[in-house]
Amino acid sequence: MSAKPYGLIATFDNTPDVYHAAEKVRDAGYKNWDCITPFPIHGLDRAMGVKRSKVPPFSLAGGLLGFTTGMLLIFWTSAVDYRLIVGGKPYFSPLYAFPVSYELTILFTAFATIGGMFFLNGLPMHYHPVLKSDKILSGMDDKFHIVIESSDPKFNLANTKALLEQAGGKDIEELEA
Amino acid sequence: MAAHAHSSAAQPAILNEVNPTPFPRATLVENNRSFGWVTDKICGIIEGKTPTWWWVCFILACCVASFTVAGITYLVATGVGVWGHANPVNWAWDIVNFVFWIGIGHAGTLISAILCLLRQKWRTSINRAAEAMTIFAVVCAGIFPVFHVGRVWFAWYLFPIPNSNQIWQNYRSPLEWDVFAVSTYGTVSVLFWYVGLIPDLAVLRDRFFKAGNKVRSFLYGTFAMGWRGSNRHWSNYEMAYLILAGISTPLVLSVHTIVSFDFAVSLLPGWHTTIFPPYFVAGAIFSGFGMVLTLMLPLRAIYGLQDLITQYHIDCMCKIVLATGTIVGYAYGMEFFIAWYGANPNEGFAFINRAFGHYAWAYWVMISCNVITPQFFWFKKVRENTALVWILSIFVNVGMWFERFVIIVTSLARDFLPSSWGYYSPSIVEIFTFFGTFGVFSVLFLLFIRFLPVMPMAEIKAVMPQADVHGGHDKAHH
Repeated sequence: MSAKPYGLIATFDNTPDVYHAAEKVRDAGYKNWDCITPFPIHGLDRAMGVKRSKVPPFSLAGGLLGFTTGMLLIFWTSAVDYRLIVGGKPYFSPLYAFPVSYELTILFTAFATIGGMFFLNGLPMHYHPVLKSDKILSGMDDKFHIVIESSDPKFNLANTKALLEQAGGKDIEELEA
Repeated sequence: MAAHAHSSAAQPAILNEVNPTPFPRATLVENNRSFGWVTDKICGIIEGKTPTWWWVCFILACCVASFTVAGITYLVATGVGVWGHANPVNWAWDIVNFVFWIGIGHAGTLISAILCLLRQKWRTSINRAAEAMTIFAVVCAGIFPVFHVGRVWFAWYLFPIPNSNQIWQNYRSPLEWDVFAVSTYGTVSVLFWYVGLIPDLAVLRDRFFKAGNKVRSFLYGTFAMGWRGSNRHWSNYEMAYLILAGISTPLVLSVHTIVSFDFAVSLLPGWHTTIFPPYFVAGAIFSGFGMVLTLMLPLRAIYGLQDLITQYHIDCMCKIVLATGTIVGYAYGMEFFIAWYGANPNEGFAFINRAFGHYAWAYWVMISCNVITPQFFWFKKVRENTALVWILSIFVNVGMWFERFVIIVTSLARDFLPSSWGYYSPSIVEIFTFFGTFGVFSVLFLLFIRFLPVMPMAEIKAVMPQADVHGGHDKAHH
């Protein structure tokens, strides 16, 4: 392969192996790297040094927006745009507006949470070097992989390969960019 | 070893002194299966040839569904008067069926959201199918109120969209709350389900690609959004899933609470009670688990999923049916007590009339199915008899339909003015429409088991012992 590879991919057979290997890669100071796993492995975030997810602020923003939307919608439609006395009650009260605002809070939170998750993950991304590799099939099934990207400042084909080998990685391949 | 040091650091010191008996964790996947086995088993259902029974059931379900189409077509062409509604019973089968179906949906959300928050790992093998059940049940539920509005082409008046009358919705009405509750519930259920499906769709994308089926690979791949199992993605995904579970929990409770407000906020004896919200929620979960059992037990037998839906899973579901059924039974008793204790003659009459009036037959069907049936689940022998569990689950479904019938129709048929009392019977059009919804539901569910993974592979793998990074097989000392 003449062009610069996207990175190196190494295979691991079980979760303890990939977990301990991830600790080694993290301790070696790599930043642009990833684990490819068929399911979320408990504790792997810490082993990789991945920080707490930033999805919650999106959810909070969505929730606040939803609640405000509900209250403003009901206030504007019943007390501003078309005032109508129903049951001799005031035009607007936050109490009767609550159930609808509550549901809209949840609705907007759900959209914001999922939207935030996609945004933070950079998805949808239907084209990715990892997806081009044959290893993705086992990576979605029962094998575990570590990918170290060549964009990492510490990346060096020989040294990185040695690190992955020493960490127990098998079948180390270059990923086509 | 590392695992022990890690876990004992997190344990309170008292545990070392009292030395509690190790409580064995139930096995969630039996016969020590591998990750690969799970993938092959679940994908195999989709990848294999369409079985003959599937076609038979599908065609049958389409025929049944056509009854709803016929019933609704006739209603739209003629008018809502083709239903058996007449003063004083202006809500009848349509609202009964609406509450019945929406209640069934609630078990799916309970399994996917509440049990997720409670870290009940056994939910993993049933949550996908239960969430599918939720969505399809909401579809069936939605049919009834939408067509009950009469001129269905004006149903969009329910939403705050500017219309030619320039008038807005009455947000004081629980019926308007219901519009928002049910549409939010449907939407969030679909979103939650879809998020759960993404990693599994990616598995199917890659397997169909490998098998050379480019069309299906493309379709699954499109919906998989380019998922590649990245742990950095999983981190956000897990957080999003947790938040969705966190908001779906108050959602599911609020939806049936608001459904119960449709009745409780009115002034009709038998409806106007504060017990309705918790009583409706418990009943919804009760009926939903009944339906989960009705659906999952045949699925388990047909596809040989005994290693994934184990006896432990069935036990858990039966116990939830038992618990919620008992709550429902308690609520029936409490309603009677309050009717007497409240000393309101109209309220007292409404309840005596329920049990001994013209609709007494419906009341006692309800009591037998909802109060007596679940009590069989106290016995291990019953829970281990799959055929019997299935039959009892049908009784639960029947009983919960009758509960809504009893609540709605008996209260309306005997309202405040004896001169307006009546007796309601459904018309053939209503019967057709309701019967057909079982076909609609079955068609959707059959399509689901044919084209989508019936179990969340990623979630099942994550709760298998091999998934533990500290070597799961020696977990006994945890």
